[in-house]
Amino acid sequence: MWLPSWPTDHLNRRRPLPAETPVVTVEEIGGRALIVAPNGVAAAGGILPGLSLADARTLLPGLAVFPADPAGDAAALARLADWCNRYTPLVAMDGADGLWLDITGSAHLFGGEADLLVDLRHRLGRLGYRSRAAIADTSGAAWAAARFLPAGDRIVASGEARDMLAELPVAALRLPPALAGDLERLGLRRIADLYPLPRAALARRFGLLPGDRLDRALGRCEEPISPRLPAPFHVVRQVLAEPIIDADNLAAVLQRLLMRLCRELTLAGQGARRLELLCYRVDGRVAKLAVGTSRPTREDRALIRLFAERLERIDPGFGIEAVALSAPHVEPLADLQLALRRGEEAGPVELAPLIDRLGNRLGFDRLARAIPQESHLPERALQRLGPLAPAPHPPARWPACPGPLRLLARPERVQAAGDPPQEFLWQRRRHRVRRAQGPARIAPEWWRGETGAARDYWRLEDEEGGRFWLYGQAGGWYLHGLFA
Amino acid sequence: MEARIAQPKPLEIQALRSFLARSAPVSGGLPCPLGLPALDRALGDGLPTGCLQEVIGDGGAAAAGFCAFLLARLAAREGAARSVLWGWIGEGDLYPPGLAAFGLDPARTILLSASNPADLLWAMEEGLRCPALAGVMMEVDRLDLVASRRLQLAAAAGGVTGFLLARGLRHQAAVSAAALRWRIQGLPGERWRVVLERRRGGRPGAWILEKDDETDRFVVAAELADGSLESPAAAAG
Repeated sequence: MWLPSWPTDHLNRRRPLPAETPVVTVEEIGGRALIVAPNGVAAAGGILPGLSLADARTLLPGLAVFPADPAGDAAALARLADWCNRYTPLVAMDGADGLWLDITGSAHLFGGEADLLVDLRHRLGRLGYRSRAAIADTSGAAWAAARFLPAGDRIVASGEARDMLAELPVAALRLPPALAGDLERLGLRRIADLYPLPRAALARRFGLLPGDRLDRALGRCEEPISPRLPAPFHVVRQVLAEPIIDADNLAAVLQRLLMRLCRELTLAGQGARRLELLCYRVDGRVAKLAVGTSRPTREDRALIRLFAERLERIDPGFGIEAVALSAPHVEPLADLQLALRRGEEAGPVELAPLIDRLGNRLGFDRLARAIPQESHLPERALQRLGPLAPAPHPPARWPACPGPLRLLARPERVQAAGDPPQEFLWQRRRHRVRRAQGPARIAPEWWRGETGAARDYWRLEDEEGGRFWLYGQAGGWYLHGLFA
Repeated sequence: MEARIAQPKPLEIQALRSFLARSAPVSGGLPCPLGLPALDRALGDGLPTGCLQEVIGDGGAAAAGFCAFLLARLAAREGAARSVLWGWIGEGDLYPPGLAAFGLDPARTILLSASNPADLLWAMEEGLRCPALAGVMMEVDRLDLVASRRLQLAAAAGGVTGFLLARGLRHQAAVSAAALRWRIQGLPGERWRVVLERRRGGRPGAWILEKDDETDRFVVAAELADGSLESPAAAAG
């Protein structure tokens, strides 16, 4: 799909001008303002890219001029690419003014290729985008057809790419203008002129590009498009007859989609770890909502609860006209596992809905459980694990003397008298030590490249019943934890 | 006159049982024995469950240890090892390996560090409504009536026992909908003073606990005649 006046169309959506206004974007190069992109009206008036702004103004005095914004154009094109996911998950950006959609296998959802093309152009037109779209076996042939064929002929039937390309100029092979010019000067004007040429001779004279592009356009070598978004394996879509605005209707649509998706996952023996809901708005924007789960799930009732409370965060704009639900991250989940898990007494399955609710609202990184880790240092003797993640086998064991109940993230230096301390100052209070147990020496872990003095840990109890964990290191005393 | 009571049929007994189960008070499940006869007796067969309990500490870690003990008893109830949720605000300083000393398995303790009090209370409410949990424990800065009311309702609905731990030394006991309020204080000689300051529909009490060196379990060392006299803060609350 080619968007011949993308920069100005995109501008026009933000700052609408009458349709008959000639619009250009300009860029300053070497002190001269040069035209970058004219809109259709300006181009019809003879204004081409590269013309100086002064010359353009003499041609069309009523010119509306805007600064060129390639980054903004690209970002807007990326948003449009995401919007095109309504037709297929495989959408790639093609330069600054085109998109490739791999509609293999998805055209029938829209009533066939022709209907899909009409639908696409109609919707883009409503959004104010001029577009020329074509369908062909290869992305190269589609590129050529979109730019060089009249509107009625832009669906190239399977196997007819070679005939279609034959009469087109060599520039239709996506060649740089200079290279296309060189070919034309030698009389190679049409693509058909290249067909009989020995490939080696062509390569010697013009490099590998023309031959390579020809092969790609003719499908002699594969040219996979690189989709902007990774294509999820499981995706279900619903095109809505009437755009919907309120959250209840959206929830109803979501529920149907979830049921379909879960059926699909059941057949595939998979469970979702992440779901993405894409809402295609009438104004061409896409609202997105993602939820994660702590274990593979395909129970639609549990999943809808995860979406439910965040559904109202979706801004429907003037309405949502299509919805897609995908599972970009799945993991195997056999029926047998489900049955086994149901048998577990209050095991992870029962907890999963709770963990998912907490995780989706507060962040999964805020939830954890601790398992032992081999280390003498108390602050390193544990590692965080996902709340329902299976523990490694064989399970590691906690040290026999596991330490205090509270551990300060950073040991606090305290003033202390005596060794072990007879009294110390902490939090502006004097603690008189009644009992002391220790010392337990913990050496730095030299195999991790640590140096420094060993710590001598003491368990101290003050007169009021406070129980502290202090260590002496290189003459100083540090409070590291509290016992219950 | 002799009252004759017909022998009930098995089916009727079953129907009666299910009726009783349905009509049992929504707040609170079966009490959970703590294995400390003096406390269990005073509480009426054990720790009330399916309700909200406040625990006020002494600024140290004594109250957290007592909570870990209560949670461990709840988690091990009826032979099924269940998980508990333990949350705090911000970085927190709970050292999970230390839970094992109170019988609570760190691997079955789900840790939550919330970024603010509202998130923490929301998470607690969610947890209390999830019967798969044995208990929920949240460390808070202050206790307020509205939150306690919501949490008490959630605990009754889900049958899960919740603990709000205020570790502050000078914490002023506020008006609260919690069913119980404990005040825990470390005492010299590895002992704990456990004061049941408040119990809805019951009497307060106070005990001194110590750890049995051999079994590593709590035992009651003394029952104090009147907890409120021993604990000056209780008189204010």
